[in-house]
Amino acid sequence: MNITLNGLPFELQSGATLLDVIRVLELEGKRYAIEVNEEIIPRSEHADYQVSPGDDIEVVQAIGGG
Amino acid sequence: MTHDASLSSPLNPLHDEPLIVAGKRYQSRLLVGTGKYKDLDETRLAIEASGAEIVTVAVRRTNIGQNPDEPNLLDVISPEKYTILPNTAGCYNAKDAVRTCRLARELLDGHDLVKLEVLGDQKTLYPNVTETLEAAEILIKDGFKVMVYTTDDPLIALRLEEMGCVAVMPLGAPIGSGLGIRNPYNIQLILENAKVPILVDAGVGTASDATIAMELGCHGVLMNTAIAAAREPVRMAHAMRLAVESGRQAYLAGRMPRKLYASASSPVHGLIS
Repeated sequence: MNITLNGLPFELQSGATLLDVIRVLELEGKRYAIEVNEEIIPRSEHADYQVSPGDDIEVVQAIGGG
Repeated sequence: MTHDASLSSPLNPLHDEPLIVAGKRYQSRLLVGTGKYKDLDETRLAIEASGAEIVTVAVRRTNIGQNPDEPNLLDVISPEKYTILPNTAGCYNAKDAVRTCRLARELLDGHDLVKLEVLGDQKTLYPNVTETLEAAEILIKDGFKVMVYTTDDPLIALRLEEMGCVAVMPLGAPIGSGLGIRNPYNIQLILENAKVPILVDAGVGTASDATIAMELGCHGVLMNTAIAAAREPVRMAHAMRLAVESGRQAYLAGRMPRKLYASASSPVHGLIS
């Protein structure tokens, strides 16, 4: 299925969860936060949260800033 | 004074109160950013040299396809060791700023201290006050502890304090400009009314600027570029630590009054002629 990931078109296998997205990005065990369609999905729900076609997903991390 | 007398001991003549932000006590009154450093090693060394306990970070999209072994900022600046202060830099409206704060809270396991900054335009990075007020209201209702970056307008600073911001942070000069404290009189007016910590955020260029802010009575100074863009950032971080401590002690000591004419330091009696 096609989704938007951090503003770019992205392809995922159907039935993928947010945890699968994190695995694809090789971010497991790191600090990140996820929004689906502008709504934050708590980390505790990532393993069960099924991504739907057309979802707009944002994955963010902390970087250097003032 | 014994050598090990801590600055927090009232018996120490150099005794000082800690900086208290949202109920937490800090010995350092210097807050630093983590942007614009050469690499994470330099970031870490500079922050250690600064003695800062509160460190700002930005929240950004993960680079798709980035090297997964690349060290993460929070591996270097650990939330166990430092109070992490996520900012809303780059946000130009209340909605984006609120969204960024909520992502930061999720990212940091419910940590709710944030630096709210809503910018007006890219050339000056001047605060957009109306959007800042709107965002502050939403964030405070949502349980955030808001340290707010704003203009040096005393009435707006007071209003932000009354809304419930835990610290008000007027600019000394535009972000990254290094122009110093351009309007010390406004900073003084803000300080006169304040019941929450007032920190100069933005505009510091060199150590004397930080000292001036502290001599005015500011409770702290937040800076990034003045350290990161120095030729030797780690040394400048050390200089800023001394500058903030120095300005604070001078403020507590109370400067002598200015006089137009000289006043001899040596006795005028007992001269040999």
